[in-house]
Amino acid sequence: MALEVMARAQTPIPLDVAFRVEPGALLALVGHSGSGKTTLLRTIAGLWRPHTARVAVNGTTWLDTTAGVDLRPHLRRVGVVFQNYALFPHMTALQNVLAAMDTPDRMQAQRILDLVNLHGLADRRPAQLSGGQQQRVAVARALARRPQALLLDEPFSAVDRATRERLYGEIIALRASLDMPVILVTHDMNEAQLLADRMVVIEKGRVVRDGTTAEVMSDPDALRAMGIRELAAMLPAVIVEHGADGLTRLDAPAGALFLPGVEGAPGTRLRVRIMAHEVILSRARPEGLSAQNILAGTIARIVPGTGPGVMVHVDVAGHEILARITRRAAEQMALMPGDTVHAILKSMSVARDHVARTPDRGPGDEAPVTKPRFHAPR
Amino acid sequence: MDWTALWLSMRLAAWTVAILLPVSILMGRFLAYRQFRAKGLVEALVMLPLVLPPTVFGFYLLVAFGRNSPIGDLWQTLFDHQLLFTFEGLVLASVIFNLPFAIQPAQRGFETIPPEVREAAACCGMSPLASLWRVELPLAWPGVMTAMVLTFAHTLGEFGIVLMVGGSIPGETRTIAIAIYDRVQGFDDRGAAIMSAVLVAISLFTIALTYWLSARMGRRLS
Repeated sequence: MALEVMARAQTPIPLDVAFRVEPGALLALVGHSGSGKTTLLRTIAGLWRPHTARVAVNGTTWLDTTAGVDLRPHLRRVGVVFQNYALFPHMTALQNVLAAMDTPDRMQAQRILDLVNLHGLADRRPAQLSGGQQQRVAVARALARRPQALLLDEPFSAVDRATRERLYGEIIALRASLDMPVILVTHDMNEAQLLADRMVVIEKGRVVRDGTTAEVMSDPDALRAMGIRELAAMLPAVIVEHGADGLTRLDAPAGALFLPGVEGAPGTRLRVRIMAHEVILSRARPEGLSAQNILAGTIARIVPGTGPGVMVHVDVAGHEILARITRRAAEQMALMPGDTVHAILKSMSVARDHVARTPDRGPGDEAPVTKPRFHAPR
Repeated sequence: MDWTALWLSMRLAAWTVAILLPVSILMGRFLAYRQFRAKGLVEALVMLPLVLPPTVFGFYLLVAFGRNSPIGDLWQTLFDHQLLFTFEGLVLASVIFNLPFAIQPAQRGFETIPPEVREAAACCGMSPLASLWRVELPLAWPGVMTAMVLTFAHTLGEFGIVLMVGGSIPGETRTIAIAIYDRVQGFDDRGAAIMSAVLVAISLFTIALTYWLSARMGRRLS
């Protein structure tokens, strides 16, 4: 039950976009504000109709302007988490969830609230909940609709940084139980890289790039508008121990990684976002350097860009990390694919929120709980 | 104390509220959500009875309800009696001159609902009617209730227009306000004083009730 979207319009903003999201996949729709991403989400939900558009889910057409099909929003089985959550202020958390159910079922509503970590808060009204808790209610309400497509419109923009990090982890964990296409609208590239499988970059209403997260995040041309300094690779790692000095030792492909204060018990599996512009390359294993992390690998390919930089893809024990260095440095070092290099990374260059848990539970993590799966009715 | 007049006023106010409640919800909601070119004109028309002297407004209603007008003529054909100087005529006039009191507060009430909350209701699978009943009305209720209380209290107190289109027929069109006027004209100061005090008490009670109820609603939402 893939979600297919095509939209063309001149007003209120120029739009010429087509993309597809597979069931169970999370697609990040990224772009600056005013690029048209929220308009696309509203088109899918039926809250906006562009001049020419087609939206189909699982073979069911929700909108087809040429065929004259336009299902009203309440007839589309869509779950929406609005930017400011748009909870019903006169209802409790539980009532908000019940309001989205075809046949209100208190037990099921309570289970969904538990799933988004809201145990014990079912009887609170939105005004009595924190921003993060409100976001969880909004997610629970969207799931209670048993949606055929789940749409998240900048769902983390209204909470503080610490809450946001926690919510990332919750969404990652929740994804294992979702089998519908999910679209996340965001302008935060870190968020997109941590959460999404695929990315569609939109600029002035047009698709600049559509690909896997790894492809898009290593392509300078795709990120021209969002910022070249967002280019980054994701490296898997496992927590080994928390040092007394505040550094956490991680086990990563091709060696140990020391990062400042990562949360989680030893054994927790993580993904670490390593910014391409923070990585230094060295032919020899350097000595007498303050940087704590030195990963040996081989150069997979070198991609020149239009500017003074080149992107070096380094294969580190089967995983790719990116190093954005100057063309001048690459020439001086005579770097060639197949060469052995050492990638050097300052511990302090990895921000706290650039680390996310891997959804599959590793040893040492809390006992797995059986979670309901959300199947949209066929 | 003219109990017949008081009872008539209460009946008139109750009928006015009953008729204006759906009008208040539908028109208030429409004006709150929709943007259209003639919106300013429509809003001005709704507010007009508030600024016109009751005699001017009453005069137009007198002409409009008269036997020579289409409305008066239609009424005569349908019910075989005239509209002027009857309770029905009074209700119709009362409905019209209460439009600003019934619509404006309701409109403000619906305007407080964030558009995305209404959109969320639709995305939760609620039909427009379900959304109105379960989300919009509970949130706009303080406004709608204020509208109804104001309409009720204002109907009890209206004098000029009632005199113009109703006259002062006991049990038919003599409201409490008219009865007070008649007492004063007949030098019955004591009667006028008692009835005035009763009217003050009823009006004060209804207004106080609204404030209390809306404060309670406000607490519930914050």
